[in-house]
Amino acid sequence: MDRFVFLAAAGLARGAVLALFALSLVIVWRTARAVNFAQAAMAAAAVYAAFAVTAATGSYWAGLATGLAAGALLGAGAERGLMRRLPAHAPLPGIIVAIGLVMVLQAGLAIAFGPEHRPMHPPFSQRPFLIGGVPVLSPYDLFTLAAAAAVMAALALLFNRTPLGLQLRAAAFAPETARLLGVRVPRMATLGWALSVAAASLAALLLVPTELGLNPHAVDLLFVNAFAVAVIGGLDSPAGALLAGIGTGLLVSLVTGYVSASAAPLAVLALMTLVLLVRPGGLLAPKEARTA
Amino acid sequence: MSTPLRALLLTVLAIGGTFGLDPFRNYQLATAAACFAAVAGLTVLVGLTGQLSLGHAVLMAAGGYGFASAASAVDGPWPVALLAGLVAAAAASGALGLLLGAAAARLRGPYLAGLTLALVIALPAAANTLPLGGDQGVRAPFLPVPEPLAALIAVEQWHAWLAIATAAVAVTPLVMLRNGRAGLRMRAVLDDETASRLSGVDPGPVKAGAFAASAVPAGLGGAALAIATQQVTPGGYGLGFSLLLVVAAVAGGLGSIGGAAIGAVLVTVLPWGLDELAALAPDGLGRRLDGNLAVLLFGAGLIALTTAWPGGAARLLDRLRAARPLRLATPSTTTER
Repeated sequence: MDRFVFLAAAGLARGAVLALFALSLVIVWRTARAVNFAQAAMAAAAVYAAFAVTAATGSYWAGLATGLAAGALLGAGAERGLMRRLPAHAPLPGIIVAIGLVMVLQAGLAIAFGPEHRPMHPPFSQRPFLIGGVPVLSPYDLFTLAAAAAVMAALALLFNRTPLGLQLRAAAFAPETARLLGVRVPRMATLGWALSVAAASLAALLLVPTELGLNPHAVDLLFVNAFAVAVIGGLDSPAGALLAGIGTGLLVSLVTGYVSASAAPLAVLALMTLVLLVRPGGLLAPKEARTA
Repeated sequence: MSTPLRALLLTVLAIGGTFGLDPFRNYQLATAAACFAAVAGLTVLVGLTGQLSLGHAVLMAAGGYGFASAASAVDGPWPVALLAGLVAAAAASGALGLLLGAAAARLRGPYLAGLTLALVIALPAAANTLPLGGDQGVRAPFLPVPEPLAALIAVEQWHAWLAIATAAVAVTPLVMLRNGRAGLRMRAVLDDETASRLSGVDPGPVKAGAFAASAVPAGLGGAALAIATQQVTPGGYGLGFSLLLVVAAVAGGLGSIGGAAIGAVLVTVLPWGLDELAALAPDGLGRRLDGNLAVLLFGAGLIALTTAWPGGAARLLDRLRAARPLRLATPSTTTER
């Protein structure tokens, strides 16, 4: 039982990071109808920027702010410089260009900083509190949960309760109509990309201190799991990303604890395949129009 | 010229070409032939049905594992072991491809790409969980040069022959499939699913079948690679290799078999050439450039090709061929969608 409580608590913190990264994929899908396969490489680049600033100034918070800004800039730059030039309504070129971007960014980071794992220090202790002798969340886990919850709440507010959020959704849902109604559709796509990569960078910044260290491939596994989460929840659904994120985080943590660490990716793959076979659009997907 | 005849001619030509190469070049040629089989499968899948698979390295690995285990298990003369291995490779990769195809038939672009991506990431985990030898992988049997040829050719050249023959066996049926009725159905589904359904072509089985048809050459490519390297490890079929296959397919021009050959040679030879170049750089820089420079260039090339020149190398071949009259019998492939 103790073991279960410990694993569930660890899974909760892991799930929050997963949900945040999955939410970043949902954002870019909802605002630009694209899946950014370069999200992991962009987030890793942003974490490198944060790492450099933290090393130079000694302040974790300055690094965090730099990382978020770098992520937003990278996202906006990728949309302006590359994605906008591709034919609309065809997912394939976008995916291929994103894969090219992954290769450029990861190889570039490895050339610039070397392939070593660089340890990143968290701003709070990672020693878990003991409740009745059972180790549960650490202060850093609480910070992770709070940061993820705050950002997700802010994004939900932005998308559902503000005029800007309405414009963002309209620009993606019906670009032509939105443009006729005075929405600056290209600007909304750029903003969506910037928001999305910034959120992904935050998730990566929260994750990296708990792992081996910073490396050009440090965020890859998070991206794959988060993509699985976004697909399980439905690419269109922020609530689905949150639910599936927490659920997958728990699953990974429990499988790692009770079976083995190497079985966790298989469990995620199995879960995703199962969900896709039963509901191809994800658990919380809206109903699709019939085609024939 | 009929497709089998042309394939036979090209195979004989390639085998003749091995006499002009030293052992290391022949080893590279074997690798390129293995990649060619996989890239041909991938390029047909992406170019004709629009389904992007990031997991073709895993299908190659399935073929490699199938070959290694079956060829080791068979206790007989080498042709029997080779044949058993190739059949097992085709069966293993075909079964996995059919399974993926069943899922793919229900999924659209990003979902399928994500599912195949998760598959690549899960391969090391699968190798450690299933009885596949863990990170060390399994050994494939060494096929020595047969007696009558032993005085004539080196073992690398023999392996290049086997790899070229395997690639030919893998790709020829694919070309016939592409040029025949099945290829027409795939193009119909790509162009408009609703319209193809109205004309009696059900997209589901077509997509699933295309996936399986593309998986078998990839698996045979994995078998060819296992012949040349004598081992199958999960590390050899990681995400980087999978993305290289995509690069080769895009660089060659999606849907084009000739382009796939060019792309396969490109992704085999260019990284090696660049690493040789990086070795000349000063020590610290050289170590950082090693392996990364090629990936950087391939990534930049992928972006440039997709944004500026979507036809790839196949477009160039077409332009060179433009003097010849158009043949209506071979349907053109749709690459831009």
